[in-house]
Amino acid sequence: MSLPVAAPGSQPPIRVLVAKPGLDGHDRGAKVMVRALRDAGFEVIYTGLFQTPEMIATAALQEDVDVIGLSILSGAHLALFPRIMEALHEKGLDDVLVIAGGTIPEDDIDDVKQLGIAAVFGPGTPLQTAIEFIREHAPRRSDVA
Amino acid sequence: MGLVDNVLDGSQRALARLATHVENDDGVGREGLIRLYPHTGKAHVVGVTGPPGAGKSTLIGALIGELRGRGLKVGVVAVDPSSQLTGGATLGDRIRMLEWQSDAGVFIRSMASRARAGGLAPATAGMVHLLDAAGFEVIVVETVGVGQEEIDVSRLVDTLVLVQVPGSGDGVQLLKAGLLEFADIFVVNKADLAGAEELLRGLRSMVGFSAHQRPDWVPPVLRCTATDGVGLDKLANAIVAHGEFLRDSGRLHDRRCAIARAEIADYVNAVIRQRLSAPGAGSAGVEAMVEDVARRRLAPLTAAHTLLENWEDPGQRNDQSG
Repeated sequence: MSLPVAAPGSQPPIRVLVAKPGLDGHDRGAKVMVRALRDAGFEVIYTGLFQTPEMIATAALQEDVDVIGLSILSGAHLALFPRIMEALHEKGLDDVLVIAGGTIPEDDIDDVKQLGIAAVFGPGTPLQTAIEFIREHAPRRSDVA
Repeated sequence: MGLVDNVLDGSQRALARLATHVENDDGVGREGLIRLYPHTGKAHVVGVTGPPGAGKSTLIGALIGELRGRGLKVGVVAVDPSSQLTGGATLGDRIRMLEWQSDAGVFIRSMASRARAGGLAPATAGMVHLLDAAGFEVIVVETVGVGQEEIDVSRLVDTLVLVQVPGSGDGVQLLKAGLLEFADIFVVNKADLAGAEELLRGLRSMVGFSAHQRPDWVPPVLRCTATDGVGLDKLANAIVAHGEFLRDSGRLHDRRCAIARAEIADYVNAVIRQRLSAPGAGSAGVEAMVEDVARRRLAPLTAAHTLLENWEDPGQRNDQSG
């Protein structure tokens, strides 16, 4: 007799890191997202304010998240996002889905997406839009023991 | 190379990936744990438990510094509750330990408790084994915020630290059975708050009263203010001293046997629960038995005995139902 594995079709929870890079101290939006993602059935790791690219990449690595949500309101996205994507790449985390929210001007969105950030959710985006995007695009990985 | 070899090779990425498989209790996770188990048993496993908001995560964040200062590699498994409604969770322990993000001698992993009460997640023991095999010398397990009775962690760790804060009740609370009986080290955190002296006195008197039960290890009662790093050196000393006490007295083997017993029982329980949990999940024999118990044709205790006696083929029925 052996231990039965989980019933086929039952998906493990999606793990999401919500982080605020840079120096703006406004985390209400990030906290609203944490709560909404939790209520959507995701496991959400919240590391809060003032995260450096290195801190974000380390947390993503150790927590083995499927998704990283970056919240930024400082206007420094074009300075910080390339460094975050580089730090993730250095740790071999190219398959993590990265999305961004906050105050990112329309004109910058193409540049942000060029970096490999899959989606930008600006002010007024319904929470459900981000949740559905994650459900649809979160990577599914396979490994061998 | 697969994940197991890479974990033994020191890859944090492989460790984190395998940890996810262990949490999800899938085939890769199970094979990984079985293959890594011979490489475990070296780490000193320390539990930190106490009520929500007592400062457990902050205390661990500061404790990591003390242990790193002693040259020890530190793994942390921090459990927070899952929603029983949605399955989601907010894992907010790591945010208190960010100072150690860039230290390769520290590995922090947050876990949701998933469908388990008792203060831990189903895969917490497995996670401890992974970190142990990966070479972390002290592994700190932080429970969810607990009340009086969530003693599961005491069956998983070598050393249990119970964190309390002033203002959470009078001396009668200290007379009660439960977690208080299992702690190897008591911490009064936020010791700068009013009521700290009273709590310290109460705990010391309680410890003194029960000293005859464990004459060779009298649990120290320590005052800490984790946000200012006050008292953390004494806590680190006490943890190391308790580890030495366990080794020198031969108690370590007793603890490890208790841990092994609990872990085997967990797996056995998991098998039984899985077979019985969902309607239709079991065999036809199990379903017939459930139906009989629901219709009062069979007592639950009789059904349980029958099920265990005929585990391989629960369709075979002892005719005890009358």
